[in-house]
Amino acid sequence: MFPELLGTYGDGGNALVLSERLVRRGRSASVTAIAPGDVFPEADLYLLGGGEDGPQRLAADLLAASSLRARVADGASVFAVCAGLQLLGTSFAVEGDAVYPGLDLVPATTVRGPARAVGDAATRVGGRIVVGFENHGGVTHLGAGLAPLGEVVVGHGNDAAHDGFRAGRVWATYLHGPVLAQNPWLADEVLSSVLGERLEPLASVADALYEARCARLRAMEA
Amino acid sequence: MSPVRLSQWRTGLAVVAVRAVNGVSRRAGRGAGTVAGGNAGLGIDPHLLERLARGREIALISGTNGKTTTTAMVTRGWGVPVATNGTGANMPAGHVAALVASRAPHAALECDERWLPEVVDQLAPRVVVLLNLSRDQLDRAAEVRRLAERWREVLGTGEFVVVANASDPLVAYAAGTAPHVHWCAAPTTWTLDARSCPACTRELMSGPEGWRCSCGFAQPPAASYLEEGDAVVRGTPVPLALGLPGRVNRGNALLALAALSELGIEPSAAAPRLAALREVEGRYGVTEIGGQPVRLLLAKNPAGFAAQLEDQAQGSGPLWIAINDGVADGRDPSWLYDVPFEQIRGRPVWCLGSRRLDLATRLWYGGVEATVVEGALPRHDGVIDVLANYTAFQDLRRGVVAP
Repeated sequence: MFPELLGTYGDGGNALVLSERLVRRGRSASVTAIAPGDVFPEADLYLLGGGEDGPQRLAADLLAASSLRARVADGASVFAVCAGLQLLGTSFAVEGDAVYPGLDLVPATTVRGPARAVGDAATRVGGRIVVGFENHGGVTHLGAGLAPLGEVVVGHGNDAAHDGFRAGRVWATYLHGPVLAQNPWLADEVLSSVLGERLEPLASVADALYEARCARLRAMEA
Repeated sequence: MSPVRLSQWRTGLAVVAVRAVNGVSRRAGRGAGTVAGGNAGLGIDPHLLERLARGREIALISGTNGKTTTTAMVTRGWGVPVATNGTGANMPAGHVAALVASRAPHAALECDERWLPEVVDQLAPRVVVLLNLSRDQLDRAAEVRRLAERWREVLGTGEFVVVANASDPLVAYAAGTAPHVHWCAAPTTWTLDARSCPACTRELMSGPEGWRCSCGFAQPPAASYLEEGDAVVRGTPVPLALGLPGRVNRGNALLALAALSELGIEPSAAAPRLAALREVEGRYGVTEIGGQPVRLLLAKNPAGFAAQLEDQAQGSGPLWIAINDGVADGRDPSWLYDVPFEQIRGRPVWCLGSRRLDLATRLWYGGVEATVVEGALPRHDGVIDVLANYTAFQDLRRGVVAP
């Protein structure tokens, strides 16, 4: 969605990774980049990236006026990172501490934190590790009944304890950019959830990358 | 001592300190030592840069990509002795060192884009060249639009001439309030940071007159532009037969010639001098790594890679790409997914550098054949092109490949 507004850190990589992981398994997938003013497409999965304050506000307005909420209610999935995570909630803070309304798809509010969280980050999701990088100034509070995506192992995530959220088919993490490229297992989890079936294994150099990043994390912790 | 005498004495002492520290640093083999000396001088006299700049005619060159090359072009094209920070030390300490090292009344200084507002204030340059503005190492820098806003504030107040690339919407926005602008049209292939209007964030449209927005903000008409083999500088065509390859260097040359014309140098006199450049600080130079002859090419960010890959797509055979994640590179290699690697499909790529697995993964998803180099380097016939980001490039210049 709106890569020119939400696409600061190679976030388009997530769409590439998801579609290629289906195509390499002999399935079909198509990716459509939506620009402001385009007809809102019917899709199985909507991807939201990161962005700066102004574009983030504009994207929130455009999405609020779109049929995204109705599509999600009908069973579509969402995978969001960083600013995309923030605008799915009830409200988020922009320049200064001005509060801006979000899509209200989940009960989450984001306020401005005391300092930017910048650096390598890792989240434990159901016993498995998601590795990545974060760069944001937000602190996100999850409302009652909204589960985080996982626990922070390294970095800040929502609030130094938890990262992102998972509400049925809506996934969100502060690990930004092409986080699914570094975490092939998470990409397949998202795909399995969207398709409603387990996918056969797909070996690639991405597995070696994931192992190397996890090994580095263990070395940092030791 | 009177306050004036005291301040002169302080400046003199600072200059001595710059020379002493850089001399020691050079003898100790710690590179050119420009930054250490510059910092020592600035520690003694915080106004040192301002004082060293006084009475000199200075061209300041900034932007995300092409600073070092364009600065070398301005220096060479000037045709007189020029003080310059040719090694790429492009923050105030580097500027101090360059102005201490040479008493030349002319200076061509490249400037880190984040430091431009402060440095413009202190140097009082005659000409400020703005090449382009795009995402670069965003995990340690302010986002690119905020940078354009800061540029705009400082450029609106100056006596200098801004030589600005009108093809780049962020540059056009930043230079939009400057009283004297020499607009140049040096189109780039990179548009990811300039799809939405810098003034209002609506989507930009492109047409025969360049880009424009429905809010009225549009590409300024260029006084100088590229036309087939020529650079046309304020109506005068000059043949460009550059020793440096690629479309991007033709754009750099156009801005260098425009800057020199603002400094009173005829483009027809400057063009042959700048065409003689064949290597800039190791860029485009041929060297040997582990017995393999290679041509080193620097690409630090998506826009730089897009420009280099456009040239590489014309070629064939193996290609090496080296990606590091040092502090100077940015610790986050997410930007690899903003690079259009798909255009080199069909060329086998060898992946080097500390983030070689990230690169190989990006290439795998892009359908490019990739081999991760672990241990011994491959050997190929002839000279191989190597694309490397900043610290990987510096490693390779020294014949080192990062583990």
